[in-house]
Amino acid sequence: MTYLAKPKFHHPELPKNALGYTHRDYEGTVSTLCAGCGHDSITSAIIQACFELSIEPHRVAKISGIGCSSKTPTYFLGNSHGFNSVHGRMPSVLTGANLANRDLIYLGVSGDGDSASIGLGQFAHCLRRGVNMVYIVENNGVYGLTKGQFSATADRGSKSKRGFINTDNSIDLVAMALQLGASFVARSFSGDKQQLVPIIKAAIAHKGAAFIDVISPCVAFNNHAGSTKSFDFVREHNEAVNRLDFISSRMPIEIKYEPGTVEVVEQHDGSKLALRKLAADYELHDRTAALGFLQHHAAKGQIVTGLLYVEPEAEDLHAHLRTVDTPLNALDEKDLCPGQTVLKKFNDSLR
Amino acid sequence: MPTATPISRINDFVIRFANVNGSGSASANEMFARAVMRMGVPVAPRNIFPSNIQGLPTWYEVRVSEAGHLGARGGTDLMVAMNPQTFDRDIAGIEPGGYLFYDSTKPLPPSKFRDDITVIGVPLTAICNREYTDPRQRQLFKNIIYVGVLTALLDIDVKVVEQLIGEQYKGKDKLIEPNIKALHIGRDYAILNLQCPLGIKIRRANAVGDRIFVEGNSAAALGAVYGGATVCAWYPITPSSSLADAFTKHCAKFRVDPDSKKAKYAIIQAEDELASIGIVIGAGWNGARAFTATSGPGISLMQEFIGLAYFAEIPAVLFDVQRAGPSTGMPTRTQQCDITSCVYASHGDTKHVLLFPEDPAEAFDFGAQAFDLADRLQTPIFVMLDLDIGMNQHLSRPLAWDDSRKYDRGKVMTGAELEAGKDFGRYLDVDGDGIPYRTYPGTHPTKGSFFTRGTSRDRYARYTEEGAPYVDNMQRLIRKLETAKDMVPRPLIATAGKPTKYGVLYYGSTSPAMDEAIHMIEARGHALDRMRIRAFPFHSSVNSFVADHDFVFVVEQNRDAQMRSLIVNECGIDPVRLVPILHYDGTPITARFIAKAIGDHLDKLKVKPMKVTS
Repeated sequence: MTYLAKPKFHHPELPKNALGYTHRDYEGTVSTLCAGCGHDSITSAIIQACFELSIEPHRVAKISGIGCSSKTPTYFLGNSHGFNSVHGRMPSVLTGANLANRDLIYLGVSGDGDSASIGLGQFAHCLRRGVNMVYIVENNGVYGLTKGQFSATADRGSKSKRGFINTDNSIDLVAMALQLGASFVARSFSGDKQQLVPIIKAAIAHKGAAFIDVISPCVAFNNHAGSTKSFDFVREHNEAVNRLDFISSRMPIEIKYEPGTVEVVEQHDGSKLALRKLAADYELHDRTAALGFLQHHAAKGQIVTGLLYVEPEAEDLHAHLRTVDTPLNALDEKDLCPGQTVLKKFNDSLR
Repeated sequence: MPTATPISRINDFVIRFANVNGSGSASANEMFARAVMRMGVPVAPRNIFPSNIQGLPTWYEVRVSEAGHLGARGGTDLMVAMNPQTFDRDIAGIEPGGYLFYDSTKPLPPSKFRDDITVIGVPLTAICNREYTDPRQRQLFKNIIYVGVLTALLDIDVKVVEQLIGEQYKGKDKLIEPNIKALHIGRDYAILNLQCPLGIKIRRANAVGDRIFVEGNSAAALGAVYGGATVCAWYPITPSSSLADAFTKHCAKFRVDPDSKKAKYAIIQAEDELASIGIVIGAGWNGARAFTATSGPGISLMQEFIGLAYFAEIPAVLFDVQRAGPSTGMPTRTQQCDITSCVYASHGDTKHVLLFPEDPAEAFDFGAQAFDLADRLQTPIFVMLDLDIGMNQHLSRPLAWDDSRKYDRGKVMTGAELEAGKDFGRYLDVDGDGIPYRTYPGTHPTKGSFFTRGTSRDRYARYTEEGAPYVDNMQRLIRKLETAKDMVPRPLIATAGKPTKYGVLYYGSTSPAMDEAIHMIEARGHALDRMRIRAFPFHSSVNSFVADHDFVFVVEQNRDAQMRSLIVNECGIDPVRLVPILHYDGTPITARFIAKAIGDHLDKLKVKPMKVTS
């Protein structure tokens, strides 16, 4: 049905958010991905998160690389500007866009080929710099658009649809993000919207480099027995460390928790993250411990999900560069051009 | 006495300093050049340096020319030979009748010298060892001591150098006195022991005017400041790094908000050239003026992104400070060798706008104008500098800015216009000039958003792989380039004193050598019309200039006659009408080279064919 234009009519009593928008106002065009694709669930989680946060759609800039995952920004936030850039280079384009206007929300969408293979360098450096963004990798362990080659996140020993066994070690982007200084790191599963939506909301509210690795099975090329990125495998091996409730700064806390079962983290913008601990020994603010926990469970074949690390008072790139509060793209001659008097002095100093 | 008559000229000679890299000679040599300028005599210094921090040979050539010739000349009249590694070849490069000034502490056999030059020995090392105990001081003051010797040999007013020392160490006043002392140690030695002045000397003149002494990279970076650049992303590469460094320095001075102390700029030293251009494109897409500075290898790495910026129509400015390629080539030597790789950069059918400044003043002008052009044309603009312009100090007309000038932000549709119901199609050619309207992200809640992509799309930015909209779009991009022809700096023409069938085309740093060569060519009895190309796409006058002459020389600094190929390709000109004059050994092109190559060619044409009778 992807050749049909998406109808605009909707149920008259669809719920509206604080801005008066329905979730339909956060949709894009009809997805052209395969029926059942994990990426479409992530798209729908992004729509739900933005709707629930009452974000003005045009205040978001969606930026992606190349691949199935990078196509998805067309399918959500149709009133946002989007940029489908170059394979593996979303992070640099997003960094530049962010420098030009610090006031927008930057949503970077990438895949495992885009971020772990061709774009590993840019993935690393934008996290190092602390670009204020939400960086989502829709991770299916496979190259979909070119029909089923292994990507760099495919686990060693996993089997491709054509029957090949992967002999290369896999790259764990979450471990790398932790090591590189991302100030918000999470992993989730496209099949678990209850977990994913609050994580996306918390990441949007986070000021700093927020990275979310979302395991997102490829129904066409990586959903068979022997794959470690299939729906069945991920469901069986999912080891969630916590469940998150996101409470925006504008909302009063309505949910009551049993004392001792929940950790509440307040972020820079006043939003609160209420985390119900599932793994008693998990420490949310300790990079080293998080890395150890991840590796320990990975060795047992488990996929650790949840909000894995957060630095609530993180500084972003603009803070590092001490840029002015006005977006750079709004400055004009008066702000930027020193003029002839200054130039005359400059000339005089060179004689 | 030398066997050749010693050269005797005032305010017209070439002095070359041969030094060891990292010995601190650069600032002393620059002070020497500046002293000549302060005496009112035009001067053109050139640094010839290795890809090395310490130990390899380096030269500093100073051309002194009251007549105002600022190109490299070729040959050396006075060699200041301070590097034993290169002593023999340095001596070989001296003109007959020229002068050698060397450190005579260690006696050298007569076979090391030539009998047609004047040899001036000063025991510099012995003097330094006597005067200083600290080895570092011995080295540093040696440089100032030889400048002192030169003030006597060349009759330079020592007060001028004293004043320069005062200016250089302003704020570090403790250093002024010992430097002035060193200067006089050298000068006094020369006056007591040597025949001063030499046949070549400096005489006060008034030929500098209001010109300034500035490096092209610094001027280009200041152009970016004046042109409103707020985002700079770059990766270190010789010879462009000093452009980004200069931008950083200028911004720290001119772009910090006095109240909040916050920066009205963002500079990122990226992880590589791909990220640099990606950041520039992201910023340009989002409405900031952004640039990168790089050299040939960086341009190679940026190819894919440049195609995206061309096709998705995103403003970007690239300063390419060219160096000798291919590959790592000669990374500290100059060439004009990236014309082809820039003009057709990226895969598929692409064509880009190139600007060719001749000197720092134009690097400033074009550096600022590039941002207006990028916004107006919504495409990458290349400012084609080279190592000679970028990293050498040039005597240049003062930089100037018209305070009434407004930035041309191009066709940007505003929220108010969208609200009023104006039709927005991102790739819709409303005005027939090939340039569509764009919107910045975040402009309007429900109107004017679009999806930017490198894939084909229709006029309303909707993805399509249909042939007709693709062709429509590619044709519009060509229309846009046609529009650009009348926006970019026009070629400048200088006609010969009398009608001639021959012309010469040149561009960029060839300019000063060409200006001088024309006199030498005229002296050989030939007349030549000149055109200096300042931009691509070519203005129609390039076609007519070639059409108006039987044939035209194209002078450039690369092996493959890249500009000539571009003219042949883009103007549909018969290649036989364009005669390539090529200089590409990594040194700046000289007037002597141009005059000989063109003069010899024209001489041959003057020879009347003999009548053969049988």
